[in-house]
Amino acid sequence: MPLLEAVGVRKVFGKLTALDGAALTVGENEFHGLIGPNGSGKSTLMKCIAGAEVPTQGKVSFINTDITAFTPTERARAGMSLKFQITSVLPTLTLYDNILLALQAQSSLFDLVFSRTRGALHDQVMTMLTQFRLVDRAFDAAAALSHGQQQWLEIAMALAGKPKLLLLDEPTGGMSLEERRVTGELLQPIKQHCSLVIVEHDLDFIRDICDRLTVLDQGKVLASGTVSEIQANKAVQEIYLRRA
Amino acid sequence: MPKSMSVVKQAIVADAGDEVDGAMAESAAAGQVAAGRKVLPIVEVVVLVAALVAPLVLQDYLTVFATRVIILALFALSFDLVWGYAGIMSFGQALFFGSAGYGVALLARDLDITNIFLVLPAGTIIGLAFALLLGGFLLLGRHPSSVIFVSLGTLTGSYAADRLARGWYYLGGQNGIPSIAPMTLGGYEFSEGPPFYYLVLGILVVVYLLCRFLVRSQFGLALAGLRENEQRIAFFGYKAQHLKAIIFAIGGAVAGLAGSLYAFHEGFVWPNMVGVVVSTQVVLYVLFGGSGTLIGAVIGAIIVEGVSFWLSDNYRDIWPIILGVLLLLVILFRPLGLISFVLGERERVGSFGASRKEKRNAAP
Repeated sequence: MPLLEAVGVRKVFGKLTALDGAALTVGENEFHGLIGPNGSGKSTLMKCIAGAEVPTQGKVSFINTDITAFTPTERARAGMSLKFQITSVLPTLTLYDNILLALQAQSSLFDLVFSRTRGALHDQVMTMLTQFRLVDRAFDAAAALSHGQQQWLEIAMALAGKPKLLLLDEPTGGMSLEERRVTGELLQPIKQHCSLVIVEHDLDFIRDICDRLTVLDQGKVLASGTVSEIQANKAVQEIYLRRA
Repeated sequence: MPKSMSVVKQAIVADAGDEVDGAMAESAAAGQVAAGRKVLPIVEVVVLVAALVAPLVLQDYLTVFATRVIILALFALSFDLVWGYAGIMSFGQALFFGSAGYGVALLARDLDITNIFLVLPAGTIIGLAFALLLGGFLLLGRHPSSVIFVSLGTLTGSYAADRLARGWYYLGGQNGIPSIAPMTLGGYEFSEGPPFYYLVLGILVVVYLLCRFLVRSQFGLALAGLRENEQRIAFFGYKAQHLKAIIFAIGGAVAGLAGSLYAFHEGFVWPNMVGVVVSTQVVLYVLFGGSGTLIGAVIGAIIVEGVSFWLSDNYRDIWPIILGVLLLLVILFRPLGLISFVLGERERVGSFGASRKEKRNAAP
C-alpha cells in the first residue's frame, strides 16, 4: 500500500486548468521527484497534496485515509509536512525558537501554557540544529541567516514533527552549487524514516537524490518511473530534458 | 499595601534574572543575547516605582485621575494581548469592557451586590463570556478568517452594543446607570482616593505578571508564530484558530475586569463605555506605547491620558487636534510605539528557549 496516493486531481482557477487529472504515488521511504516545464502544475499539485489548495476534483489518500478535505493542521497531525517555496521561517525569532516552535506543535495547551515540554525538547532542538549545521547561530534571529541557511532551517522545521512524508517545494532555489551539494547531504539521512516529494528545477540535484520521478506537462502526467526509466523515455526527452 | 507591592517588585526583578539565566545557553552568541536583554525589566521597574509613589506626590483630584488611568492601562493590556501578541485586530474591545461595567452596575443596583470578591469575578466572567461568544463566531470557522472580517466584526459588535444600550430602558438608555453604590469589602467601602488607587495598581501588577508569564511561555512562542505567519504554523499542526479564540477570550476577561473596576470607580456607566470611541481609544494607547511588550500598553495609556488631560486644561479648544497630530507623528515615525526608543526588536520578541533548570530536569 503506497504512503501517498493522489488520483485524478483536477484544479481549475477561473479559466485556467492548472491540473487536469494529475496523479502521484509515493511509497514508504521513497524520494520522489516531481518535475516538468514551467506552468506544468507541479506546485499546484504539491499544494493540493499539502492542503494549501483544495482540488476541484480528484482524491488524495495518505496512509490509507482520504485526506482530500483535510485542513493543513489535520494533515500535519496525520504526519505530513511541507516546506514552502518561499522561505517562511519566522525572521524575528531565534533559530532555536523557530525549531522549538515546530517541535512543540502537538503539545497540549496545558503543557504550552506552563512550558512543561520546553526542557524536554531542548536536546532535540540542539540535535536538529547540529544536524543542519546551524548550531553556531542558535541564538541569532533567523532573519540574519543567508538564504541557503534559511532554507536549511526551514527543512529542519518541517522535519521537526517527525513526519512520514515531507513535501519540498524548490528546496535549492537561489542556492549556490556548494549549498545544493550540502542540501543533498542533509536530506539523505532522513530516508530511514520519511518519504520525500520534491519539486525542483535543478535536474542534477533531482537525479542524485530521487528514487522515482513523475513528469508533469500541462497538468497531466507525462511519465512516471525510476530515474533511469524517465531518462530513457523519449517523450520526456523531447518535451523536457532536451529543452533544459 | 506598600509591603505587598515590594513583594511584587521583587517578583519582577527575580523574573527578569531568571530570563537572563534562561538565555545563557551553550552558544557563545547566548552571551550577547543575555547582555542585550536588560531594558525591558528596567522599564517595568521604573514604571512600577513611579506608579507606587504617584499618590504621595499628586494632589487628591489627580490621584482620582491616576486611578482612572491605571484602570485604562489594565484595559490596554487586554488589547495588547489580543493585537500585540496574537495579531487579532479587535476594534471592539470596549464591548467586553463596557458590558462588564453594565453587568456589575446591574448587580449593585438590582441585587445590592457590591462585595469586591463577587463583583470583580462577575465582571471578569462577563467579559470572558462575551469574548467567547464573539470570538467563537468570528475566529472559529473551519478556515482562517481574514483580519478585515475580524476587525469589522468586532467593530460592529461594539457599535451594536452601544446602540442597544442607548435604546434599552432597563439599562438606563442614553443616560446609562448613575450612582452605582461603592464596591465593598466587609464593612469597608472603596471610594475614590489612595486606597482605590492602590487596589487597582495591585490588580494591574498581578494581571501584568500573569500576562507576562503567559506570553513568555511556550504558549507565547506559539502566539509569536501565530502573529508572524498563521498559515505556516497551521502546517506545523497548530490549531491556529483555537489559539486565537483562547487569547481573545483571555483578552475579554481582562477587559471585563477593567470595566468592572471602571464602573465602580466612576460610579456610573453609560453607553459610550461599550462603544466605538472607547474601542478606538484602547487601540491608540497600545499603538502609541508600543504593541507586543505589555509595558508599552501601560505606558501608552498613561501618556495618552496624561497628555489629553494636560492639553485639555491648557488648550481648551484645540487640544484634540494637537493630540491627533501627536498620535499621527508617533505612528508615522515610530510604528512600534514609544517603547521602541529604548527597546530593540530582538528584545521585544525575546527568547523562549529552556532555562538551565528546565534543561537539568530534562536530562535523563
